[in-house]
Amino acid sequence: MIKPSNIEIDREKGNFHYPTSKYAFDAGIGLSEDVVKYISDVKKEDDWILDFRLKAHSIFDKKPMPTHWATKDLENIDFDVIRYYLAQGQKPSRTWEEVPDDIKNTFERLGIPEQERKFLAGVEAQFDSEAAYSHMKEDLEKQGVIFVGPTEGLRDHPEIFKKWFGKVIPSSDNKFSALNSAVFSGGSFIYVPPGVKLAQPLQAYFRINAENFGQFERTLIIADEGAEITYMEGCTAPKFETSTLHSAVVELVALKGAKIQYITVQNWSNNVYNLVTKRAMADEEAEVRWIDCNIGSRLTMKYPGVVLKGRKARGEVLSIALANDGQHQDTGAKMVHAANETSSNVIAKSVSIGEGRSSYRGLVQIPGHLRHCRNNTECDALLINSESQTDTYPAITIKGDDNSVQHEASVSKVSEEQIFYMQQRGLNEAEAMSLYVNGFVNDLIREFPMEYSVELKRLIDLEMEGSVG
Amino acid sequence: MNSIQIDNLSAKIDGNNILNNLNFTLPKGEVHAIMGPNGSGKSTLSKVLSGHPDYDVTNGSAKMDDVELLGLSPDEIARLGLFLAFQYPIEVPGVSIANFIRAALQARMEEGQNVKAVDYYKELYVKMDELGIDKSFTSRSMNEGFSGGEKKRCEILQMSMLNPKYCILDETDSGLDIDALRVVSEGVNRMKNSERGILVITHYQRLLDYIVPDKVHVMWDGQIVRSGTKELALELEERGYDWIKEEIAAA
Repeated sequence: MIKPSNIEIDREKGNFHYPTSKYAFDAGIGLSEDVVKYISDVKKEDDWILDFRLKAHSIFDKKPMPTHWATKDLENIDFDVIRYYLAQGQKPSRTWEEVPDDIKNTFERLGIPEQERKFLAGVEAQFDSEAAYSHMKEDLEKQGVIFVGPTEGLRDHPEIFKKWFGKVIPSSDNKFSALNSAVFSGGSFIYVPPGVKLAQPLQAYFRINAENFGQFERTLIIADEGAEITYMEGCTAPKFETSTLHSAVVELVALKGAKIQYITVQNWSNNVYNLVTKRAMADEEAEVRWIDCNIGSRLTMKYPGVVLKGRKARGEVLSIALANDGQHQDTGAKMVHAANETSSNVIAKSVSIGEGRSSYRGLVQIPGHLRHCRNNTECDALLINSESQTDTYPAITIKGDDNSVQHEASVSKVSEEQIFYMQQRGLNEAEAMSLYVNGFVNDLIREFPMEYSVELKRLIDLEMEGSVG
Repeated sequence: MNSIQIDNLSAKIDGNNILNNLNFTLPKGEVHAIMGPNGSGKSTLSKVLSGHPDYDVTNGSAKMDDVELLGLSPDEIARLGLFLAFQYPIEVPGVSIANFIRAALQARMEEGQNVKAVDYYKELYVKMDELGIDKSFTSRSMNEGFSGGEKKRCEILQMSMLNPKYCILDETDSGLDIDALRVVSEGVNRMKNSERGILVITHYQRLLDYIVPDKVHVMWDGQIVRSGTKELALELEERGYDWIKEEIAAA
């Protein structure tokens, strides 16, 4: 797999806001069939997509909030005050020069054009509901790689995308996948032709700029037989007093022998509800790896999954969550084994700081008729303060004689003696905490692309600096 | 004055008085030993000087080169130049020796300055070699799964890398076999110079065969009750502590 380099994830970096006076497209406040129709209409979508959206809207209406198992904080989301579609234009620019100034300034301040020059094969920069910029290196285009948004993807390449759209994650999967399916806009539709291996990552950057807003991007990545791709997503929003909703659906399809690595650095401000459904399908001998880092948001609920559909398919989730004051990181992984000789690996580490709470939810299924399947799950939680909280909900169903599963879980706490020892060596309390937390996630970070781990370490330092009085 | 100067120091933990009007001076350039039976307050003295938060100082002062240490945080004291080699070194999982010492050095630098990696590793490897620590240890987690001897060597390694003005070795000889004792002592002896004060806390005279002190003090009930030359240590070895107890009782 390829090594992406620098990515910026300073926790405060996204906390700025250039006021945007006018949105040419605005679906108004609240959710209704009319809003769904408006979105479909401005995108000039085919009828089947409008039907898909309307069906999803009615599923969303019918499905209750999953508060019977999830946090009651979900009840604080007021769907009636959210704006579901805001865009300045419909078509992303191909050069940064063409991007309107206020939007361009935002992305420049976030360092996106610079990263693109340095190490990316392509970038899509989404501002509220639509991508403002989208560009991929020409040679990739020549090799047949497609990197567009869902509107273009479904309109211009239906033969490729329609087949898988909504198939890995049906609208009815959960209330928020239904919501996304009703009002989705923006995101990446990517197709990598057979045997094409991308040497550099493609990146999407999601920026929420408006207040009382919901962002619902939709991503579908198809790696054809033997293809390889690394995709990275980053996100920020300014800190608003009111809550913001981000609810994405991400579907990955790795066909025979393909490899997909999907890296997320979630750095939303602490007013964002981040309720995301991510799932991959891995065919024979395909490999899917989710690297999922959740640092920001008020509440994140996200359990990236892999359906191991073909023989010898391999799925992996590496997850790091940091929950600080006012944050709940409810994360985990799902591994559904559906073929012989499939293997999966889940390593999840969470750090709860101050009054932060982290939860791990894991699902592993290996049915009895399968042979030689393996799962390894490790989840470790670290508590920094006595007020911080962690809980673990693993659900493992393994049947059959030839299958194996290994599950390890631990909860640890930083002791006063450990902090004293580090302080006696000259580190102040924040530096000591930070070194400790870095040590805790170290074996996992080693698995990450290098430049990325350097940035993560820096981010942990920043978080710890703020957590010690 | 160039010394650690302790005047009338009293301290307690959980309501129990451990140090009682203790007076003691460690001049720069000298090696002193404090001996005493279990519970006499030797380790407490090292913790109080290092700023451990569990101890309440009720009286007195402790100055290092005229700077009052009492009331400073442990890291401030450490950066002023006091190093404590722990009796029971603490495990820091996932943090390698190399990264740990590097972070400690970095904490002593001005903002914007960085430890130079090449020079750092060069120095680290030389000192590891001197202490008979295998290079593979640089990537081992701090003290995790180390034997007693390995932990103590690692303490001395940190001490020599951080270049402190004053060193306190709290029962560094405990748990060491004779070979390890020699290697560790040699490491300490290499650090002796006119600009550094070293305080060795120990139960046993044995260590003082290797690290020869300029002065030996006997601690009893939170006070220094006798001071003398290294012969005092030999006398204690031979006669135990009881005769000192009796003398104190008589006085």
